[in-house]
Amino acid sequence: MSEFVYHGEVRNEPDSETCSDSEWTDYVFNRSGIPAVKKEWWCHTPSNIWFIAERDTAKDHVLRTYLYGEGS
Amino acid sequence: MPLRLIRYALSSKHHEPRMFTTHDRMKSSYDVVIIGAGGHGLAAAYYLARDHGITNVAVLERGYIGGGNTGRNTTIIRSNYLTPEGVKFYDASVNLWKDLSAEFDLNLFYSTRGHYTLAHTDSAVRTMRWRAEVNKHYGVDSELVGPDHVKKACPQIDLSCAGHAPILGALYHAPGAIARHDAVAWGYGKGADMRGVEIHQQTEVQGLDIQGGKIVGVNTSRGYISTEKVLSAVAGFTPRVTEMAGFRTPIFVHPLQAMVSEPIKPWLDPILVSGSLHIYISQTARGELVMGASLDPYELHSTRSTLDFTESLSAHMLEMFPFLSHVKVVRQWSGMADMTPDFAPIMGKTPVEGLYLDAGWGTWGFKATPISGKTMAHTVAKDEPHPLITGFSLQRFADFALTGEKGAASVGH
Repeated sequence: MSEFVYHGEVRNEPDSETCSDSEWTDYVFNRSGIPAVKKEWWCHTPSNIWFIAERDTAKDHVLRTYLYGEGS
Repeated sequence: MPLRLIRYALSSKHHEPRMFTTHDRMKSSYDVVIIGAGGHGLAAAYYLARDHGITNVAVLERGYIGGGNTGRNTTIIRSNYLTPEGVKFYDASVNLWKDLSAEFDLNLFYSTRGHYTLAHTDSAVRTMRWRAEVNKHYGVDSELVGPDHVKKACPQIDLSCAGHAPILGALYHAPGAIARHDAVAWGYGKGADMRGVEIHQQTEVQGLDIQGGKIVGVNTSRGYISTEKVLSAVAGFTPRVTEMAGFRTPIFVHPLQAMVSEPIKPWLDPILVSGSLHIYISQTARGELVMGASLDPYELHSTRSTLDFTESLSAHMLEMFPFLSHVKVVRQWSGMADMTPDFAPIMGKTPVEGLYLDAGWGTWGFKATPISGKTMAHTVAKDEPHPLITGFSLQRFADFALTGEKGAASVGH
């Protein structure tokens, strides 16, 4: 379990200069808490490679993995 | 076995009444619908009926009574939290706990044991002192003690923890207690049932009917119910309910696992918690050791168990209690913890009028069962948050006014 470390869902940061307060607090605090297939940040600790995994958070099945910028 | 007792068992004059009424059908409308027949939902139903005279209430449960996190926690009750909001809230809960067995006429095996939060580092000692001072300020029995105090209460402990995590001190909380968790749900359920509340098990809420920003009904697996007030008390299922309601919250779900040993001779009186070793342990009235650890490290909506958990928790247990090496683990399980960023619950009103949230109970919900029921009943009946829970509103995130309770979480998260 500790070979790969979870770093949360991939989220797009809004432009803090132009977004509203509610968009910003939504980004900072709110999460998509429902079970679904989600894009997540993971890190392979021995090699320190960060990558994105598409994982079903109800069944704990990893469907795809790819490096940032290489996936669709 | 005394024969006189058998006579009562066989006599039709002395039958034991069923604990809950079975209702063949649901009504088409209720004053209040509570989603979730765990301890929290049933406690809210109980206090709605008892203190506010609102008895036209349905409690809907997709599984069975107390089958969620109410029956999956490690039953520890304490009030030595870190923030003033937390200390006042949990202390009110402990005070309710003490009278529940008598109130329900049901033995909850409420047992005051004393609770030690062990400190293995200087910074942990500092946090314990901070917590002790906050606790004492609000009249909670709590003090920083040395390793000798721990050794006296529990002579079997290896104070050096296998040499690499020596115990430097502990936060000692004399009122710390354990209770039989299923019985809490049964007691509240029975009390609510007696007062006219309907409990419908095997009834899943599949949608919320919201019109003009206001709750008007719920769709269930057994048909539509109209209602103007809905209380969601569903712990790890909360994000699914808020998704139906159309708003987002900071809640994220990780599994929390626990395990229990075979029953052994009573030897452990106090409850012991170690943040550094990631363990908490107590011994039940029938001799089992109930053990827990920290959260699983990633999001998952499942109650599966893992060998990783059993192995690492056992290893840490043996560091503290080497003599347990021959004791068998007989059961392990998991619950879905609805975590919040500040380790405080989310309670009260929501952006949807008539929808109330009792959520964000993460790893700290069981001890709050009575007071959350009482304060949520008040909130639902009066449509305004009870004074004890104003610090726990969903709005606090938008206001950047968090209630930082992390320092008091028993085990590192």
